Parts: sequence; C-alpha cells; structure tokens
Amino acid sequence: MLDCQPMPIPHAGSPLAASPLLFYDSAARATPFIEEGLALARYRDLVPQLVARSVKTRYKRSFLGVAWTMVNPLLTMLVLTFVFSQLFRYPSAQYALYVLTGLLAWNFFAQTTTAAMGDLIWSGGLIGRISLPKSVFAVAAVGTGLVNLLLALVPFAVIAVLAGGQVFSPALLLLPLPILLLAMFALGIGLTVSSLAIYFADVMPTYEVLLTVWFYLTPIIYPVDLLPPAVAAVLRLNPMYYLVTMFRSILVEGRLPPPEVLLVAGVSSLVMLLFGWWTFTRKAREYAYHV
Amino acid sequence: MFDVLTRLSDPPAVLTSPAVVSVRLESVSVRFRMPRERYSGLKELAVRWAQGRFETIDIWALRQVSLTLSAGEIFGVVGVNGAGKTTLLKAIAGVLHPTEGRIWVQGSVAPLLELGAGFHPELTGRENLYLYGTLLGNSRRQLRQAYDSIVDFAELDSFMDAPLRTYSSGMAARLAFAVATHRRADVLLVDEVLAVGDVHFQEKCRRRMEEFRTEGATILLVSHDPGLLTQMCDRVAWLADGRVVAIGAADEIVERYLAIG
Repeated sequence: MLDCQPMPIPHAGSPLAASPLLFYDSAARATPFIEEGLALARYRDLVPQLVARSVKTRYKRSFLGVAWTMVNPLLTMLVLTFVFSQLFRYPSAQYALYVLTGLLAWNFFAQTTTAAMGDLIWSGGLIGRISLPKSVFAVAAVGTGLVNLLLALVPFAVIAVLAGGQVFSPALLLLPLPILLLAMFALGIGLTVSSLAIYFADVMPTYEVLLTVWFYLTPIIYPVDLLPPAVAAVLRLNPMYYLVTMFRSILVEGRLPPPEVLLVAGVSSLVMLLFGWWTFTRKAREYAYHV
Repeated sequence: MFDVLTRLSDPPAVLTSPAVVSVRLESVSVRFRMPRERYSGLKELAVRWAQGRFETIDIWALRQVSLTLSAGEIFGVVGVNGAGKTTLLKAIAGVLHPTEGRIWVQGSVAPLLELGAGFHPELTGRENLYLYGTLLGNSRRQLRQAYDSIVDFAELDSFMDAPLRTYSSGMAARLAFAVATHRRADVLLVDEVLAVGDVHFQEKCRRRMEEFRTEGATILLVSHDPGLLTQMCDRVAWLADGRVVAIGAADEIVERYLAIG
C-alpha cells in the first residue's frame, strides 16, 4: 500500500495538521534534491527486488538460467584472450588481461547507464501507474550492473591465474574503491541521460552512438602509450580514463595508481553523481506525465 | 467489482460523529502538455525552439477541481470517457502531481487502480508478491510477516512457486488485490475497470473493503454505472471535460447526469 508519510512536519496551513496520522500533501516539499533521497530511502527494499527481477529474468527460460551471468563473461573472455594473445601475437599475456579489465569496467558503465534509461521509460509505464521514487530505476540498474560485474570477476580471476597474472595481491582489498567510484559515475550519467530521455525519444539511440565514440576515446583495447602525446593529452580529459586505469592497475598490476589518478577519479565521480542527481530530481515530479 | 460494493452495510456509528476530513482537493488542475507537431528528431526540435516556433498543446485533464471527502464516506465519481475520472484517482494516489492547486490525503492509500502493474510473467507468484508489494511501498520485512495471510486470502497456496505466466488472469488479479489490501488503508481508490476473479472472490473483496470502512476508511469509487453509484454512494461528483459539474446527494446528481447523457 502506498505509504503517504512524506514530511515529518505537517505543512503550515494544512487542515490535517493537527492529526498524528500519516498524510500526503502535494504542496509540502523539501527541495527536490532532498525529497527524492528521502523517498528513495523509504523504498529501499524495492531496489533489491528490481535487481533480482533483472538478474533472474535475463536468462529465465534457458537451461543454465542465472548461471549464464557467469558463463557468458567467461566464454567472451576466453575468446578475447585467445584473439589477443594468439592471433594478434602480443608479446605477453598481460596484454589480454589489460583488455579484459578494461572491458569489465566499460561494460559495467555502458550497461548500467543504458539500463537506467530503459527501465525508467519502459518498465511497463510503471511511473505513470504507481506512485514511487523515479530514481529507483537508475539505482537498481547500478545494482544489477554490480551483480553482473562481481559475477564476471570470478571467471576473470580464473583466466588471469591461468595466464600467469598476479590477481591476488594485497591491493585486491582496495578493489571496492574503484568499483564504488565507477558506480557513482555511472549513476550520475545514468540519471542525466534518463532525465533527457523522458522528454526526447531520440536521446536513447543518440546515447548509444555516443557510447561507441566514448569507448574508443577510452584506452580499453589499446595501450595508451602507443598514442602520440597530443592525443594522449586529449584522452586525459576523459573521466573514464582515470576510472578504468584505477580498476585496471589494482587487478593487473596489483597496486594503486598514482595519487593524481585517484584524485581525478574521485572528484569526477562525485561531481557527476551530484550533477546527475540534481538534474534528475529537479523535474522528477513531471516524469509521470511523459510516459 | 460492482457486485462487490453494492452490498456494503450501512455507515458505521463512528461516522455519525462530526466528519473528519479524509481527502481534500483545492482547485486542482492537471495539465498534459505535448508538442503540436511530431518532430522528427532533436535537430528539428532545436531548430524550431531556436526560431521560437516550438508550439505545444495543453490538455487539461482536470480543471479547478475542489472536493472534500470525510472519513468513512463512500464517494462516487461519474462522467463519460475522458472526463478525468482516472486522472482524479491518479492525482490523489500521488502518481500525477497536480499542475495547480493542492491535494491533502489523510492516512494511507490503497490505490486499487492499475492492479498488478509491475507484475513480471517470468517470475513466480512469490517473487511477484515481493516485487509488487515493495513497488507499492511496503518493506520486505512487513511482506514476509504478512506473506501467509496474503497467500491465504488470494487462495494461491499451491501456485506460489509457479511462474505468473501460468496463472489465469483471475488468479493474477487475486494476488494483486491481496497484496494491495493486505494492510488496512484509510483511503481506498477504486476504479470501475477492476474485475477481481469469480463471484466467490468478489465476495471476499467486498468483505475486506467493508472491514476497512467499518474502521473509518474512505472509499472513492469511479464508475460509468449510474445504478451502482446511486446504490453505493453517499455523495457523487459529476465530472465533464475535467471540471466538476455538480456535487451532491447520489440520487440527485446521477439523475441530472442521466438527463443530459
């Protein structure tokens, strides 16, 4: 049942203000930025339900079922490792690991931001039918992305060990940090593009094209030191460069990246999250009119 | 559904005391704004916007609606298709935030409209119970505690581990109704389109709503059916083109509505 308990303090002038019961007052409003956060906190149990829905239904009728979430990245990574170490004949297996870690981080980012948009708009038009905090879809998309990323890390570890990489270093304990920053950044971007996609159907395909461009502007399948210095300097304007580097240096090199990388990754994730939250919540009350 | 409501008992004694405001709308307007033409893309839109030629059409689904419902009242809304009845329910349910005006609702709301929105056919009955329950704002803990009584009410005990796609539409509706009403609500928003299962189950739904009402819940009932409204409701509002044409005793309003209609 819809719990109408939005404001702890009755809005001045409410004819119901004297009552101790819960109530809904359409005019009572903290700033949207905070209001959405409070609503999301009340609906926190919905997030795992939406994550479970995505994870369970993705491979629902297949024989392997949820196991595909792990088998799929395993097979993909085996193919890529073979391609990069045997066909292209890169000198070391390290390079295959370099590509795999880059792809893990990138896929998390790309899938999460796309799903945030799609779930908000296409979840059966839910936001036009049920009263609920709109940001729950983007947050759940990040949750789903995290589940997929963590499950993909298992086959990655197996491949890395077989390829002679040193995955299990003490630095591994710091892996939650780049994952957290990636999640914050992805949530920020996901919220921003969602708030546009509600109004303009063109945003979704446009964003998919931009993602492809962005993919090649991030050193994922090529090493950054192959590039001319001028081009490398441009890449350093890309926040994903720092986030991917951070994730990768822990998994492949077993150490934290230089402090300036940490700093840029941390600041850009936080700024993007705040910006995305602000953009999204500013108009959140109107979204139900546009689905 | 309407058989469900026709046999509700007389108003409980509690309600003969001075009325407590349960729902109040003050000059509520709801506007849908859409572009006048279809734009083929962002580019054309940007060009139009820059030229100042971006035109919109405003559709006012509700205009200056003011209503006050007392606790325990059964209030009906009548009107033709597109008069704004469903929009009214959605505004009170908090789905559509009013463009103008103000809405107060006292207590918890059970929106019995769009029942089962969010159900996923590939998930089991149990999974859908938790998904739908949390979509309606319940905590997981609370749903776990109420689980047996929900399943019991929906009479789906042996089906909870089967995917929802194997359910009949009546079974799915039973589950949705059981979840949406598992807690006592102060305001029930009932859409006519609601059809919940067979005669036996409708009787159960009727009893549950009667229970809520005995405890002082307000029922807002939206319907095309004049007979039902006169039978059921204390008062009725007549909506046309988003405006309240008249509010008053059920018999009188329905008679006027039929005279015009």
